[in-house]
Amino acid sequence: MTAQSGARRKWLDRYGSRLVQVAFVAAILLLWHLATTRWGVNKILLPSPLSVWQQFVDVIRKGEFLADLQITLMELAVAFVVATVSGTVVGYVISRSPYLIKVFEPLFAGIYSIPIILFLPLYVLFFGLGPASKIALGITMSFFPVVLSTIAGFGNVDRVLVTAAKSMGASDWQLFRHVLVPAALPVVLSGLRMGFTIALLSIIGSETIASLAGLGHRIVNLAENMDMARMFAYIVFVIIIAVFLNTAVSALDARGKRQR
Amino acid sequence: MKRYLLRHPGVARLGVILLMLIGWEIAARWFIDPMFISPPSRVLMALGSVFATPNVPAALRLTFFELAVAFALAVIIGVVLGLAVGLSKFGNKTFMPIVLLLYGIPQITILPIFILYFGIGPAAKIAFGVTHGMFPIIMAVVAGVQNIKPILLTSARSMGASNWQILRHVVYPNMIPSLFSGMRLGMTGVLLGVLLAELYVSTGGIGYFTSMFTQNFDPTKLLGLVGILAAMAIALNELVRRGETHFARWRD
Repeated sequence: MTAQSGARRKWLDRYGSRLVQVAFVAAILLLWHLATTRWGVNKILLPSPLSVWQQFVDVIRKGEFLADLQITLMELAVAFVVATVSGTVVGYVISRSPYLIKVFEPLFAGIYSIPIILFLPLYVLFFGLGPASKIALGITMSFFPVVLSTIAGFGNVDRVLVTAAKSMGASDWQLFRHVLVPAALPVVLSGLRMGFTIALLSIIGSETIASLAGLGHRIVNLAENMDMARMFAYIVFVIIIAVFLNTAVSALDARGKRQR
Repeated sequence: MKRYLLRHPGVARLGVILLMLIGWEIAARWFIDPMFISPPSRVLMALGSVFATPNVPAALRLTFFELAVAFALAVIIGVVLGLAVGLSKFGNKTFMPIVLLLYGIPQITILPIFILYFGIGPAAKIAFGVTHGMFPIIMAVVAGVQNIKPILLTSARSMGASNWQILRHVVYPNMIPSLFSGMRLGMTGVLLGVLLAELYVSTGGIGYFTSMFTQNFDPTKLLGLVGILAAMAIALNELVRRGETHFARWRD
């Protein structure tokens, strides 16, 4: 009896939470389905899951998403690369002097706490509705996590390590390559991961609010045309892309940290 | 002078800000088309006229109200869900992955759905702010509850404490520091959500004025309005941060 309940308990421990998770998702899909087919929820408010699936397949098969995806990814790549390069360079230079850290770190942290999305109307005014304003907003928003984590990473390297390397006659380059970079890398990588997530968010966000092309714009366009099933399909598509990109970046981050 | 600056980095920081403002002033006065940017001095002088624009003060008040309500709701929902998920091992194992999955979704993609369901009024903005703000709070509450030493719970129970007493006297005080750091992140989320929705809806509220000033090429008023909103955001952030440092103190 007790052995049996013990085994049962183990089984529940192992599979129980998986089971509940699957049941949770299934229940939501079922409720969604019933709401649209049985309970007469308006199709404009909530398209049925089946029609969303059909539209999703259609979007993928026709390859209609390619143009918008290309623009969004291009904006994201440019913004992230510029923010990464400028953030790490500026952060490294500042981190070399405790005085500069004291001057600039609170300044950057202060600006970072402002919701920078507020500047979007200004950027639209400066750069127009095209990709330039999205890239500029993406750079501004992801620069701060990158620069702050670079300062934190390179500014907090253990003094003992630096002194030891120097006393063993390491050159400046050797010191940088073999002591500073490995010590700072985990913190810097976390900052880059955050910067990437924020860049993705700000680019899709600014496409949603004011733009002429891109995935965010496509969703708004479909919403304005009341083409709900297709809009849901695009939302699913964008979420899949975003989750895929964020997972890939997290994996790279974890790998970079392991390799030290 | 140099020694004074070296000893007071805060003064040097003010100097840097001042230099940036002067550079902006010079660039805007003599080098850049006044259709696109105006110097900070003119923006400052024009703050009065921003407030004098019909309906701008009402829109600002409404935004503040939306931020406050969204934050309050995000804290309440975040604490309730966080306790529900965090207090049992099973709940944590089962629902934490779902919470993390939902948190990882870029919510901006579903903003049009919020507008569709809640209309273009304050309800949609509050709802969007709540969904942005509650996830960091859930995570913080779960982390806070999980970090309670099991011995505290066991000894409280063995001394005959009721569930409510345990919640009140063991869980609550142990949760407070991480709850407040979650609230700080939650405030950042609420600001993002509410302002995104405000900017998206261009037929009323703040979004109407920002797009109107943009289309009229009126950078002075646009900068003024953005500045006022930024000041509002800084004040709210500072309020929560003060709360965090105040309430996190007891443990040290």
